[in-house]
Amino acid sequence: MYKHKYRVIIPFLAPSIILYMVFVIYPYGRSMYNSLTLWKGVSKYQPFIGLQNYIRMVKDEFFWNALKHNIEYLLAMPIVIILISLFLAFMISQRIKFNKFFRVTFFFPQVISIISIGVLFSYVYHPTIGILTSILHGIHAEPFFRLFGFEGIPVWIGDSRTVMFSIGAVVVWQSVGFYMVLFLAAMESIPQTFYEAAVIDGATRWHQFWHITIPLLWDTMQMAMVFAGLAAFDMFNLTRVMVVSGSTQTRPSDVLATYLYEQAFEASRFGYATAIAVSLFLLMLTLSALTLRLTRRESVEY
Amino acid sequence: MNRTLINSITGKVITTIIYIFLGFWSLVVIFPMLWVIFSSFKTDKEIFFSPWQPPAKLILDNFVRAFSKAMIGQYFLNSMIVIIPAIFFTLLFSAMTGYVLARYKFPGNRIIFYAFLGGMIFPVALALVPLFFLLQSLKILDSHLGLILVYIAYSLPFTVFFMTGYMKTLPSELLEAGIMDGANNFQLFFWIVIPLAQNGLVSMGIFNFLGMWNQYILPLVLLTSRSKYVLSQGLAFLEHQQRYQSDWSGLFAAIVIVMLPTMIVYVIFQNQIQRGLTVGALKG
Repeated sequence: MYKHKYRVIIPFLAPSIILYMVFVIYPYGRSMYNSLTLWKGVSKYQPFIGLQNYIRMVKDEFFWNALKHNIEYLLAMPIVIILISLFLAFMISQRIKFNKFFRVTFFFPQVISIISIGVLFSYVYHPTIGILTSILHGIHAEPFFRLFGFEGIPVWIGDSRTVMFSIGAVVVWQSVGFYMVLFLAAMESIPQTFYEAAVIDGATRWHQFWHITIPLLWDTMQMAMVFAGLAAFDMFNLTRVMVVSGSTQTRPSDVLATYLYEQAFEASRFGYATAIAVSLFLLMLTLSALTLRLTRRESVEY
Repeated sequence: MNRTLINSITGKVITTIIYIFLGFWSLVVIFPMLWVIFSSFKTDKEIFFSPWQPPAKLILDNFVRAFSKAMIGQYFLNSMIVIIPAIFFTLLFSAMTGYVLARYKFPGNRIIFYAFLGGMIFPVALALVPLFFLLQSLKILDSHLGLILVYIAYSLPFTVFFMTGYMKTLPSELLEAGIMDGANNFQLFFWIVIPLAQNGLVSMGIFNFLGMWNQYILPLVLLTSRSKYVLSQGLAFLEHQQRYQSDWSGLFAAIVIVMLPTMIVYVIFQNQIQRGLTVGALKG
């Protein structure tokens, strides 16, 4: 069918392969090696020091501090995001009025650049001009926060007790619409006859949701778990924009990505930073594999 | 009779509850955006003392200040200078690669496909340091060209993966008809394959556009002089600067300028955008 096929194959593949090898494969490979060297970036001299960067990392309390924060995000965020988005998707799928409007609105934050969102919310949380603070003042919420040991309305980003909650809430706000659309698409592909049969058998809406929708949505939920989990292991953009880096000694909002960025481009410890990056990658890989493994069930064919 | 009455009452109650929840979340989504849009027309004094009132009069001064003095206009232009060619070449190269991988048998085909696929599992953070020094030694650090090349390279894995799948679905008859008509391989690709793959290309164009528009860590590392900053980077810079100057109204105007274009595009193309953005997840 095709004559002289290599005259097409080679020029068609060349640009992608060259760019990919130079700018993607090489840096990743180089990183693996750099993490085994002592390197300040100034000279070409890059002594090989074996696993010393990794040993240093294990002893670095700020590394553990950052990792702990990633794990906290990981434990809280995916669950909250998936619950809310599933709930919204289920409600919208009930063929209600204005469902188009809700769908468009909920997805909205997804198309705004994450940096604008970060800047916007650092003012929503602002202690003097922030709209959240002024709403909470308006409804006299101070006693509520005193129950939890705050002096009044928290200053959100400025308080080490609330900073991670504040950033995590923005992630939830921003990403719920994305997962909702994902779930809605999966729900729409479930044949209507399943529900009709269930109704004949006398199933309530709740039963239908629990015994038809959820099992048939399992694959999509599994994927959503992996995505949201990987997002919890990133968090660079919002943290970097919303919090002044190194603002306090205790580093209450550091995550691995911000910490390694600082180590590399602010402290010029390139070798060490790369060791953190390699660890971050291995953690993400393990995590995804683990999620897929742990949530594996017979997926329902239809 | 009684039973249907109860059913219809509980049905109404449930529907009302559904509306309350959906309405609440809509408010949560819309409110912060509305607040920033209103505030961008106010003076600093109004922002401070009357956060709930709409602006007394529409002051466009904030926008002028944000656009020129805060250089948002320049950043905007820089973003376009980077993103437009980056998208164009990402789509072109991925379509070429996807077409060859989907339609031609040759040794190494699978290896190349999986090599691209594998690129998706690495976090960009892992490549940052070598990338910085690589661009420095190629003399394209702190240049838009450097960022364009990097954007294309990092968009390839997913786009190639997607386009390969897409090219497999194209009807062979049309391609064969093209060959019968005497089209050479390049004509076949540009006159038949590309138009047929239009929908897939549009999806990938949107997907990559929003990805690049959101990109922050790459420009942060690779562009160092302020006059070359892209929008996300410039806005973050402005915010950090604003902590000491507190020109709130100017900053709010800047946020609106950054938000507005994607908002408008979204309202016009919402269906394609929702599909384009979630397509990755659904196919994956």
